[in-house]
Amino acid sequence: MTLAGIRTRELRKVYTSAPPLAAGGGFSFRRKDSNPSREIVALDGLSLDVVPGEIFGLLGPNGAGKSTTVGILTTRVRPTGGQAWIGDYDVWVQQVEVKRLIGVVAQRPNLDFSLTAREILLFHGAYFGLDSQTRSARAAELLERFKLTDRANQLARGFSGGMMQRLSIARAMMHDPQVLFLDEPSAGLDPQTRLLLWEIVREYNQSGKTILLTTHNMEEADALCQRLAIIDHGSMIAFGTPAELKASVPGGFLLRLRFGAHSPELFERLKLLSGVREVRVNSDADGDNGADVYADRGGSLVSEIATLAAGTSTELSDVHILEPSLENLFLHHTGRSLRE
Amino acid sequence: MNWKTFMALLARDAHVARRNFVPLVLQTFLQPMMFVFIFGRVMVSSGYMTTAYKSLLLPGIMALSMIFTGVWAVAMPLIGEFQFTREIEDRLLAPIENSWLAIEKVFFGAAQAIVAGLAVIPAAWLLLRPGVELNLSSPLTFAGITLLVAFLSACGGLALGCSIDQAKIGLMFSMVLTPLIFFGCTYYPWSALANFPILQKVVLVNPLVYASEGLRGTLVPQFPHLPILVVLLGLLIFDVLFLLVGLRQFRKKAVT
Repeated sequence: MTLAGIRTRELRKVYTSAPPLAAGGGFSFRRKDSNPSREIVALDGLSLDVVPGEIFGLLGPNGAGKSTTVGILTTRVRPTGGQAWIGDYDVWVQQVEVKRLIGVVAQRPNLDFSLTAREILLFHGAYFGLDSQTRSARAAELLERFKLTDRANQLARGFSGGMMQRLSIARAMMHDPQVLFLDEPSAGLDPQTRLLLWEIVREYNQSGKTILLTTHNMEEADALCQRLAIIDHGSMIAFGTPAELKASVPGGFLLRLRFGAHSPELFERLKLLSGVREVRVNSDADGDNGADVYADRGGSLVSEIATLAAGTSTELSDVHILEPSLENLFLHHTGRSLRE
Repeated sequence: MNWKTFMALLARDAHVARRNFVPLVLQTFLQPMMFVFIFGRVMVSSGYMTTAYKSLLLPGIMALSMIFTGVWAVAMPLIGEFQFTREIEDRLLAPIENSWLAIEKVFFGAAQAIVAGLAVIPAAWLLLRPGVELNLSSPLTFAGITLLVAFLSACGGLALGCSIDQAKIGLMFSMVLTPLIFFGCTYYPWSALANFPILQKVVLVNPLVYASEGLRGTLVPQFPHLPILVVLLGLLIFDVLFLLVGLRQFRKKAVT
């Protein structure tokens, strides 16, 4: 069995009609609007190299292009430009070979509602040519692993969101794919189930499988992924291990400050405080006078900042301290929070 | 082509159909049987229609049941699974070209249409007797026409199911299926339209005409009907046309 990685080169996707919800659905009988002003660039030249056997994360806010990337890599979305490979197979030339290698968990549940949980797994196995003995054994094992055994013979239609999500992941693992795609896998899961999911993902990875997951949850990216690409507006803005990425933020700590008045002099003085690496002023016309201070210490800076502010007769109205995290990295690159 | 996957896809549809057996039977038989009862029994026994109408009606009802069953079996799941539940996605990821999934649907729909068509004959015969005179002089031609009608219904279902928006299902029935049925020579032979020469020409674009007339020509050839060669040609053309349109629409839907 050969190990398979994932590669993309200059991947581009432009939607001329409304982009699908979580890439792959939402159809209309209406004629496609060819008006170029309606074009939406979802991916703008994305190149990725996911090494066989790693857990790779795509981190970004909603609409960053994560699901479109997964859609292209899983044969469900046709790229406007560029190329993608799973292992040695070109996704858009050798679709059937690619489909054999991959397992996919879509962002929105797409379970076969006419079947029971066990039947969903059994038929999925059958599509991939597993013999009936292997199918039954594997289905029983996965149902147990995902704590679904007691609901195995009920129609999936009546399942809760969390159960559907667990079953979707079990289904994607049913044919033991070399590459597993998880699009926002922990959305809608309770904290306990999320931990179970993380454990299962790590375990699956230890058997040599490649896993690509998308998330806008930094904690998840940090806990699970060996390497990460942070994407925004369809392009990659940072890339590396979680530790490398966090270290790339000047100082590591981020203090988000807000003042009662705009004072250029104060901002200049802030830069001179010991430990401060960078000061970004984000005042706006609405009289919102803020500054993001990147520094290698957090709380101990606050009293010094307050003293400085008092010295320039500017009131310090709000302080928010962020510990070194991927969130700070995203803020540093885009000026926006991942959650915005 | 991956036969294992293709057979597994068929097995899945068969499994779901077995699970929905009773509603499926009601849906297939209720309406045609009521029609047969009212027109073949009530109207004939009360003298408003002649006994001969019984024999004339049966092939039309068979055509109608087949078309309705095949279109429904393919179009309805496709409309729902592509747009609402998106449950088709798992099968689109099965290791087989996407088009084969569409072809699997067509085969399954055609099989259901054949079962419906063949079951309608004895059921209607029981309900109508005595007085039904079936003359199956060429079983092979009958089998060929039945097969073409079954594929016509399933390919039509594929084309419709992949072209119509979920919100417009009601419109599909009132705007597409109803005129198709009433101008499909199901309740009367094509020759009966002789007094409406324009309409008689226009209905020739209705594929159901060839289905009804073909089954009439092979089951009750004593009544006037379109020449069998014309019927075969008509059915073949519509089968291929609907299949090509259906596959094209399916591929468009399968990939964004």
